[in-house]
Amino acid sequence: MYEVELAELKRLAEFIKTQYNYDFTNYAMSSFRRRVQRVIELYRFKSVDWLINRFSGDEAFFEEFVSEITVNVTEMFRDPSFWRELRDQVIPNLLLNHEHIKIWHAGCSSGEEVYSMAIMLSEMGLLDRVTIIATDLDKGILEKARKGEYALRNMELNKKNYIRYQGKNNFEDYYTVRDDKVYMNPELVENVQYRVHDLVNGPVFNKFDLVLCRNVMIYFNQVLQNSVLIKLHESLFRYGYLVIGAKESLIWCEIANKFIVVNNEERIYKKYRD
Amino acid sequence: MKIQQNRYKAVVIGGSAGSFQGVTKILSQLPADFPLPIILCLHRLKHVRHGFVEALSIKSTKKVIEPYDKEPLKKGQVYLAPSNYHLAVELGNTFSLSTEVMVNNSRPSIDITFDSMAYVFRKKLIGILLSGANRDGAYGMKKIKNRGGTAIVQAPEECLISTMPEAAMRVTQVDHVMKIQEIVDFLGHIHKHY
Repeated sequence: MYEVELAELKRLAEFIKTQYNYDFTNYAMSSFRRRVQRVIELYRFKSVDWLINRFSGDEAFFEEFVSEITVNVTEMFRDPSFWRELRDQVIPNLLLNHEHIKIWHAGCSSGEEVYSMAIMLSEMGLLDRVTIIATDLDKGILEKARKGEYALRNMELNKKNYIRYQGKNNFEDYYTVRDDKVYMNPELVENVQYRVHDLVNGPVFNKFDLVLCRNVMIYFNQVLQNSVLIKLHESLFRYGYLVIGAKESLIWCEIANKFIVVNNEERIYKKYRD
Repeated sequence: MKIQQNRYKAVVIGGSAGSFQGVTKILSQLPADFPLPIILCLHRLKHVRHGFVEALSIKSTKKVIEPYDKEPLKKGQVYLAPSNYHLAVELGNTFSLSTEVMVNNSRPSIDITFDSMAYVFRKKLIGILLSGANRDGAYGMKKIKNRGGTAIVQAPEECLISTMPEAAMRVTQVDHVMKIQEIVDFLGHIHKHY
């Protein structure tokens, strides 16, 4: 079986970088390699060069490729203890000196965390006191997030997480089921703005009180993590919160010293220096 | 048994149902100064983040830790794949975590860890696959073999559930079929001749 070699992966990333406005050169090689290998097997290409040839003049195929490389699965209320901490500590803390809270889901993928956030805030009676911006570089997945349409089979896990989170209502209250799909209640995300934004190449576009970037930077190498973290830092108001995934760490990033750890277990940081 | 000295750089152990005892036994008899990093990829409950690493550490001669993303591998350290993440090793010897789709119904998936480590360590890797009830790890074992590494499976007759090692034996020519005590001796031998 054909196995993608490192040199080919580098060539592919360089090609994409020069031809398109995407930069995968600093993606974590292990998952990038696996994803590229998968695409090649899926389409029965004989080599990376076949893949590169296939790109030419076919924008739709390239978009599909980007999705294959970047789409990640997530859950609603993944790490319920984290969401409890957000509800019981972080949000109340922000409300001490904010009438209105600005939240950014950086790399929101198919939107599960956006809905988790909206459900949490709605149960706290705060939905009209927040602005939520959810971004991802993949247009297709962002459209999916906007629709709030999920496979019914995923809801069992989401519900279990919600119960562990100790939400106030029945989880089923938040969606309707048709056939094998669920449709999230649209009023949950009335105040959410979905935007295409690339964490790697995109600009700093706003300032926030809370940035969620959970299990996004794990797909980057250290060089890229560092530069993305600089952007996240710039996108936060002083004393704003940054939350990352349960097994992510900032300690290998140069700019980490501008944050303090608020909750080590749940990976909640606070920007305390500009 | 012929073991090329100084040859190995890392050990990876995969296991599922019925593997806990075996892993514990290996860790409890490991020389305290065993020189290679040992990476454990064991199927575990996805929603339970705590307890497992502690349970494994109790009898182990070395403390077991769950690495953070991009943590550098250290010689002689024992690592456990964290719950609900895939664990891979990057060229340059750092860990990478991922939340990609489950593979073989598993996250962490043994195939992913084995495959990534086969890619990085090639012939300097020892892959060990223990008791388990599914086929995760078989493809990874094949990758280890293809890249020149050493593949060991737990003897099926000793496994609580032998599906996993047997699946590996079907897809590739493993180097050794060993009982846990033989695996312990094998690792001890490496230590002695390191």
